Amino acid sequence: MNRLIQDLWYAFRNFLETFGAMQLFLLRILAYSPKTLLTRFRLIAHEIYAIGAMSLVIILICGLFVGMVLGLQGYDTLAQFGAEEGLGTAVALSLLKELGPVLTALLFAGRAGTALAAEIGLMRATDQLSAMELMAVDPIRRVVVPHFLGGVISLPLLTAIFNMVALFGAYIIGVSLMGVDSGAFWSQMRPYVEVADVMEGVVKSIVFGVAVSVLAVFEGYNAYPTAEGVSRATTRTVVISAIVVLILDFMITAILI
Amino acid sequence: MKQTRVVEFGTGMFVLLGFASLFFLILKTTDVQSDLRGETYQVLARFENVGDLKLRAPVTMAGVTIGRVTGITFDSERLDAQVTMRISANFDRIPDDTDASILTAGLIGGQYIGLTPGFSETYLADNSEIQITQSALVLENLIGKFLVKLGGE
Amino acid sequence: MAENGRDNIILIEDLYYSRGQKRIFNGLDIAFQRGKITAVMGPSGTGKTTLLRLITGQLVPERGRILIDGQDITALQRNELYELRKRFGMLFQNGALLTDLSVFENVAFPLREHTKLPERLIKHIVLTKLHAVGLRGAAELVPSELSGGMARRVALARAMVMDPDILIYDEPFTGLDPISLGVVLRLIKRLNDSLGITSIVVSHDVEETSSIADESYLISEGQVVASGTPSELKTHGNAVVQQFLSGMADGPVPFHYPGRDYKDQLLDRD
Repeated sequence: MNRLIQDLWYAFRNFLETFGAMQLFLLRILAYSPKTLLTRFRLIAHEIYAIGAMSLVIILICGLFVGMVLGLQGYDTLAQFGAEEGLGTAVALSLLKELGPVLTALLFAGRAGTALAAEIGLMRATDQLSAMELMAVDPIRRVVVPHFLGGVISLPLLTAIFNMVALFGAYIIGVSLMGVDSGAFWSQMRPYVEVADVMEGVVKSIVFGVAVSVLAVFEGYNAYPTAEGVSRATTRTVVISAIVVLILDFMITAILI
Repeated sequence: MKQTRVVEFGTGMFVLLGFASLFFLILKTTDVQSDLRGETYQVLARFENVGDLKLRAPVTMAGVTIGRVTGITFDSERLDAQVTMRISANFDRIPDDTDASILTAGLIGGQYIGLTPGFSETYLADNSEIQITQSALVLENLIGKFLVKLGGE
Repeated sequence: MAENGRDNIILIEDLYYSRGQKRIFNGLDIAFQRGKITAVMGPSGTGKTTLLRLITGQLVPERGRILIDGQDITALQRNELYELRKRFGMLFQNGALLTDLSVFENVAFPLREHTKLPERLIKHIVLTKLHAVGLRGAAELVPSELSGGMARRVALARAMVMDPDILIYDEPFTGLDPISLGVVLRLIKRLNDSLGITSIVVSHDVEETSSIADESYLISEGQVVASGTPSELKTHGNAVVQQFLSGMADGPVPFHYPGRDYKDQLLDRD
């Protein structure tokens, strides 16, 4: 029994240490960010391409199907109340406020977060980061910050694209297949969807972008410099990102509601 | 160098697409781009009970949206609800004996204000008040009345 | 810094360092002479790479001083350290080229980060350095297209591009075919002699290292066990030195990892 408590305490302390280290890492990144944003925009643009543009395919496909599922399910449920006209509203609200930001962040963690962690982890494992330090170049400023900013900028944009495609998917199902009136589909949402709802989604996606990106670069930067260490870093990135995104989602929703 | 161009082009396209989507979402799902752009004037109305009426609910006449609810406050002296709404200046020939009722859109839809025109020759102007109003129908009250009526018979 | 005829550029005094529970250095003293090639040799796991990281300030020792031209690097601030590192060039075991940049951009990297030279001048400097290592023609390749020997030569060009005073080689001969090995050996020697650079070679390849070193140190168990010119080492009386130089399987460095008595374990007597 004593042993169990000791183990738990050890695990808890370990967790707090890692958590604290990550916060400090984030602070350091944020401190360098404004200058990097101004002077090294090319580096960041390159990362936006590698992280954001390269995630487009998965976002487009998943967005379309999520939207189509929402269209089917929403129509089915609303039809029971004779309120099919509300399909657009139901889909738009659930997408903009919840599903869009959360699903995009989870997909992003799987596609881009792992790539970030693996890339930086490999640089660690092959001494590229040490080599930079020895060339008197700070790898945090040169590598970590641009990757982080690329992630933070990409996720909100990906979320907006996901939402748009999903809405389009729901429209295809609702209007073309189920025969909801096209005008009603769009006009019904207008009185009910506020700009604040759209902004809630944007705020969420920015927070998720910061969280997933910092997790990925942290895991990569601190990866154990072996092949196994890199693979472990990528796995941890996905698992922890998923948990963190859902916890943050709950917290933000609770605050904003 | 060719490689760099592809990257730059891709980045540009992606960022553009992202912002375009956001713009599209705001434009298409919300009523930022509403029929209320341009000149408006404000009209007041008092209701005994506004029911479930929300800010930004549409104000309609003959089923066409001509304005929005911009304020719902409780008047502590007269103990009723004061609703302010903005109506597009395009519709400046609404008789001042028009009546306003709070109606429900569909079975589970939200509530809106419906205006039914009167016959006066003078028109509503900025800050004028609609005198004849009909409160929202509250389901519990309706049932209550119905039961009382049943009991009376 | 000239004492009894030696001009030391780097002086390590009484160095202690542990990793976790394991003590790596136990009162290490080494002096590197200016303009000479100094070899640091020792069995695997004696912390040769750790020593390099200590010299370059990537690790901080528990005790002891590391003086570079009389300046103690263990007491430097972060930005002072970065300033000092511009005097170093280092060749990593596997080259450590930046994988997302071409050969040309790899060599140009320190210039782009630290200087605001015009593009023409950068091109000029980079091509000169690449020419010196015989890879001017490979400028547009990416690191994944290079062989091990070529990658190491590119890394050498990159290490030289800022004209450092001190070049550090971490296991420069490991895993090279005889031709590449000869090329790298001659490059190290030539750079040292023609540019007056101080070279530190960390290696366990006795033959090759001895052929170019002016002075060698042999470390084992966290201390220097022998030092001197390669020929002096060959006649050294220490048993560890002789085992290492001649490559005997068993000796003071045991063949068997420490464990229980063989017979006892087979018969399972506790």
